[in-house]
Amino acid sequence: MVNRHKQLAIQDLVKSAPDNGKVDKFLSAPGRTFPLVEGPHATFIWRGDADGVSLRHWIFGLESESSLARVPNTDLWYLTLDIPHGSRVEYKFELHRHGTSQWIEDPRNPNRARDPFGANSVLQGEGYEVPDWVAPDPDARPGRLEPFSFHSKTFDSMRHGAIYLPARFRKTRLYPLLVVHDGSDYVNFANMRTVLDNLIHRLEIPDMIVAFTDSPDRIREYANDERHARFLTQELLPDLTKRLPIIDRPQARCLMGASFGAVAAFSTAYRYPDVWGRLLLQSGSFAFTDIGTRNRRGPLFDRVVEFVNQVREAPAAVSERIFMSCGVYESLIYENRSLVPLLDATGMQVKFVEARDGHNWENWRDRLREGMSWLFPGPLLMVYE
Amino acid sequence: MITGELPAVVLLGAQRYDPTLGEAIEELKVKGKIATITAGWQEREDDDEDLKEHLKGRAINLSLHARGEDVFRKDKELLNAHRERQALLRHRQDFYRVRLEHALDAQHVIDQRAAPDDILEDEARTSIDAIRNIDALHLDRCTRDRREFDARYKPFDRAAVAEHRDQIADIIDDCEAIAIAGGHVASLLNRLRLFGIAELAKGKTIFAWCAGAMAISERVVLFHDSPPQGPGAAEVLDAGLGFVGEVVVLPQPEFRLKLGDRQRLKVMVRRFAPAACIAMPARSRVTWLRSGPTAPHGAFAIRDDGTHSFEPPSRSGRGLASGSSVELSPSSTAIPLPSPPPSLPSRDV
Repeated sequence: MVNRHKQLAIQDLVKSAPDNGKVDKFLSAPGRTFPLVEGPHATFIWRGDADGVSLRHWIFGLESESSLARVPNTDLWYLTLDIPHGSRVEYKFELHRHGTSQWIEDPRNPNRARDPFGANSVLQGEGYEVPDWVAPDPDARPGRLEPFSFHSKTFDSMRHGAIYLPARFRKTRLYPLLVVHDGSDYVNFANMRTVLDNLIHRLEIPDMIVAFTDSPDRIREYANDERHARFLTQELLPDLTKRLPIIDRPQARCLMGASFGAVAAFSTAYRYPDVWGRLLLQSGSFAFTDIGTRNRRGPLFDRVVEFVNQVREAPAAVSERIFMSCGVYESLIYENRSLVPLLDATGMQVKFVEARDGHNWENWRDRLREGMSWLFPGPLLMVYE
Repeated sequence: MITGELPAVVLLGAQRYDPTLGEAIEELKVKGKIATITAGWQEREDDDEDLKEHLKGRAINLSLHARGEDVFRKDKELLNAHRERQALLRHRQDFYRVRLEHALDAQHVIDQRAAPDDILEDEARTSIDAIRNIDALHLDRCTRDRREFDARYKPFDRAAVAEHRDQIADIIDDCEAIAIAGGHVASLLNRLRLFGIAELAKGKTIFAWCAGAMAISERVVLFHDSPPQGPGAAEVLDAGLGFVGEVVVLPQPEFRLKLGDRQRLKVMVRRFAPAACIAMPARSRVTWLRSGPTAPHGAFAIRDDGTHSFEPPSRSGRGLASGSSVELSPSSTAIPLPSPPPSLPSRDV
């Protein structure tokens, strides 16, 4: 914790009438990392020639563009923000030069988060730590990830994905099934295969079979599309149950997804009540309106709004347990918070977790342990060695 | 208190890294062969080289897990019935947990209220009674389900079970003691019951640790104060074999219990009274003879007010690892264990 009366390092520098030599020393001070996190204050730094430098971040509620100030007589730019304890913030710098602008990752920050659009720099605020269960554990036996293809009659096209089988998979045993929307992204950007290996190894979740599925047109198919629900429930589930040793009970079946993927999971369960006994919904795009049907998010959300309005009008217990998570720096936090009491009142068991993070894959990664272990508690409670 | 059909029962702390089983065996002067049960390790049941080595070649593994698999391979009707019963038990446990969580929530809310002391005391008792009723109802249902299953399928009369049971009985006859390791407590308990080990163990000295110790107590209580999904409630799994009565065995308390959370511990102790909640850290040991328990080595009872005497081992070697003095009898509860007979030596008290 920083002494509230102590000046921030950048303020000391600014007051010292610095030149570039002092800036060199400031930047190379032993143990100093950037952004400079001093208690609840984070100072973003960029050095170089530019007409202006902006911070681009994804914290809903703060101005998305914040300008860095130049330290007089130097080429150092800085911006200090108050960042609450435990926050994790993805950002880029926007450099303005000669009437053009360019978005770049922070060259002084080694922390990166990748996503389908590239990568962002990551500010790890005071109190945030990358969970130890997201990195490969040499003691954890890796499960197998096998590609699968499936012809869907509903869509009249091939669907592709991958099946995760736990390391100790045996055909004679029965396993719960988890079906993941945007499966490739969960594997590539949320380390989900490693997370599964580790949580199973730690006995925090049971051995389970996981179907990582992808959609060629997720914006349409995930947005409350009856065909998608039919595909999952009447085609994929029976096929997997026929081919793999899956426990044939709703309590052992889970749908999960993030953003539109969460809408796809929930709307499928809503269409097929009591089939999917577990739901893991991350940062669900649960847009709704209280009057009329026009929503501020545009036409892509029209069918989502239709669905969520329907749920709000007639909430029903369609599953047994729902784990929901959302970042407080997401615009969707309002929608997610609004949904929780409605679902809770139906008699479903609902657990809602907030994080100081945004709408991104590492937020979703960081919530996997709590979500999966709540929906599928592992043998930890049973094993005493 | 132990069942009169056993000469002695020894409960031990975890044995994986620093086994003390040998010391316990020596203390009771057991010289003969020892039948071992590692069924709690499930598929790893025969990965028992360390245990065999520790017992200096005197161990004979009863292979209960593998025998169980063989039974289910040969007797499909029993397999299907067993699976159905497992599904029933899962439902029972799930519904029990729902009721239990609500009762514990109510207890917590009432506990936070301000009111005259006498009212609060009365309400606290009522809260605990409500939780105890839920525990008792669950236990009754589990017992009833098991009796119905046994009456309908008569496992001991079935050829596949009887064949193995005869072999197990022969092995045990030839042994002086039985050592029951930890592992998956439900799986272990299932195998112990499938082959009727309670009956076959008559006259033998029993050593058991972790899940093994839980399984031979009268009531198996599952607990973990810091699971990844958030602190859950301790829950009754089922009745155990009942070799040791009036105790709830809590292995690995140094990892699984929030030993500084008096409120939580207090609720646990009052839930299960008059049984004593006995925490069994590594290197701990309690021996019951027919005359009663000897003084414990490192095991400790959680007191009625949620306090206890545990001090984790320090680097200097003080604490449990060096056999520091700890108590077993709760000092302020109505659940004291009998005092140890004076003739028995004790290292720790």
